[in-house]
Amino acid sequence: MSAVFKPDETFRDDFSFRNSPAAIRRFPLPFTEDQYMYSVNIEPHLPGPKGSCTEFAFDVDEHYVAECRERELVLAQDPLRFQALPHMMSSQWDCLELIMESFARDYPEHFSLEKHGNRWHWINRPLDLDQHFVFGDAGTLPRQPLDYIGRQAQGDFVIMDQRAGDLWLEAGMVTAQADWSLDFDMGMTFREWHGPVPLAHEMTVFDRALKYLLNLRLGQPVRRLNWTMTVHPRLDTSPESYPQWGPDRTTITAQNAGDRVHLRVELQGLWRLPRSNAIVFGIRCYLISLRELASVPKWGRRMHRVLKGLHPALAEYKGLLRYRDAVVEWLAPYDDGAPTSPGASPD
Amino acid sequence: MTVAQTLAVVVTAIEQVTPLIKHFTLAAADGGTLPAFSGGSHIIVVMQGSLRTHRNPYSLLSSPQRLDTYEIGVRRMEESRGGSHFMHDHLKVGSRLEIAHPVNLFGLEKIARKHLLIAGGIGITPFLAQLEDLEGATAPYELHYAVRSPEHAAFLDRLRNRAGERLHLYCDTENQSIDFDGLLSAQPLGTHVYVCGPAGLINRVVDTARRFGWPDSHVHSEKFSAPPVGDAFDVFLARTQISVHVPPDNSLMESIEAAGVEVPYLCRGGVCGFCQTRVIELEGELVHNDHFLSDAEKSGGKRIMPCVSRARCTRLVLDL
Repeated sequence: MSAVFKPDETFRDDFSFRNSPAAIRRFPLPFTEDQYMYSVNIEPHLPGPKGSCTEFAFDVDEHYVAECRERELVLAQDPLRFQALPHMMSSQWDCLELIMESFARDYPEHFSLEKHGNRWHWINRPLDLDQHFVFGDAGTLPRQPLDYIGRQAQGDFVIMDQRAGDLWLEAGMVTAQADWSLDFDMGMTFREWHGPVPLAHEMTVFDRALKYLLNLRLGQPVRRLNWTMTVHPRLDTSPESYPQWGPDRTTITAQNAGDRVHLRVELQGLWRLPRSNAIVFGIRCYLISLRELASVPKWGRRMHRVLKGLHPALAEYKGLLRYRDAVVEWLAPYDDGAPTSPGASPD
Repeated sequence: MTVAQTLAVVVTAIEQVTPLIKHFTLAAADGGTLPAFSGGSHIIVVMQGSLRTHRNPYSLLSSPQRLDTYEIGVRRMEESRGGSHFMHDHLKVGSRLEIAHPVNLFGLEKIARKHLLIAGGIGITPFLAQLEDLEGATAPYELHYAVRSPEHAAFLDRLRNRAGERLHLYCDTENQSIDFDGLLSAQPLGTHVYVCGPAGLINRVVDTARRFGWPDSHVHSEKFSAPPVGDAFDVFLARTQISVHVPPDNSLMESIEAAGVEVPYLCRGGVCGFCQTRVIELEGELVHNDHFLSDAEKSGGKRIMPCVSRARCTRLVLDL
């Protein structure tokens, strides 16, 4: 699939971001049934159906150019959204290689990568970039490797070093996060940065997930979906920019929820990196307004039921308490009580 | 996680480097580049023997900078289940093998201020690759290599070439031995020690380090975790009404799948809980290798994770 880019859409100010009908149909809905609770919902990151968000290792969709521009705006305002500790340089190169090879293989119409030993030539046509560099020599790129390639990919990237039986968050490019801070979490271990998540610790979700990730194998990436909700199609909902987006939550009514409130789904991928033995955690954010979502009848019914029955602690953690009732009220007319088919895909 | 994906390789060179050790060079069967790896990684080599399939882990000793070939060193083991004998006696240049992607359970710590590498015999192999990673690194290192006699000192030229004065060789026949107390009592803060070799050497280093107050996080030893194998057993699937034989080196899940019955799974590594299966009857005991079930559930014997767990039993009936 080759998406037609929409370079002018925005994720701030006038929020002109919209999903095309095709983008709505391929939206990665995380709800496979009419209720939601945490689980270690990790599965192999194998190619999904043609045209789906998981067809390729990294999804490049119609929002690619606009999201890359949004990332540049965030980084210009807050350079600490990219950070990497000195010992993470080899993992940065690993990550650059993974993204460049995947893009060039899966989207040859947009990207190309030529290698002559360590001398590489990268072309990114949608962003009009042409770069010769020496793999492993950071002085031959305009920025550090993750900073360079992270600006050319949708989604956030966090690199975790593995040592002492734990994972340590020690590099990242994070501009589209659901209210967590790279600057605050830098250097933390897996359990430390998941500290604020409710219920999951008691369910030993993180103990199991950590054990699983420590054994993550080269060539066998895995993925999972996570979700929250965001007012307006805003990618940058970080603690650092809270004053810009926090108050939006107070503006939601049962009348405007359909257009303002967006389901925010993260397609999270995890890859073992070859030279550094680190793990890169890709967090790809998909946004869809409730009106767009409810245009698929099964999803309107299901979203209504999931939100209505959501555990209060989860609703609080996801920041939904202020407007959940309004959203449920807006969705109610789309739920006729009919049963929904199993699985997440549209009927 | 089971080893689902393998790479086809061809043996391109075999060299007898000591009376007991052979050095194998492997290239991708399709002539392409092999996956990148880090020093300390091992591969699982899958060998189709006449009686059974061997799956043995071997450290990669070649440079992580060179991905046209992988190199491994194989010591002929006297008490072997057959893997090392197969490698020594049956492989020829041109033989084909399957290997799993490299896995590193013995990586260099990137934040170490100094690396202290201690090898015994064939345990030198992971360090050969690590020396390449350490070339140009800022942290200093020392390599201490203990062997039976000079003729058993495999890869000595390569080591001298790379490590120079940082290599310290000890030969039993010359009455040379590592001064563990001296070595481990006088290292700068931030040093990490790595040991690979016979169990006696590993225990000696780990015990000495502990005695001198080294934090466990700074003491590393290579221990292979091959896919869990066990005794053969038979399982009866109650819903499908068929009996399935589980050989020693196949998992319960693989055997059930081979019989044409699908088991729902996600991780295949014993953590997600997806393949949890109800045990209807059991005469014997379950061998739980998963991280999902609680200790109480494991001892209860009513649930099993077929992706990694097995049984020692005369009868097992599962709700499948």
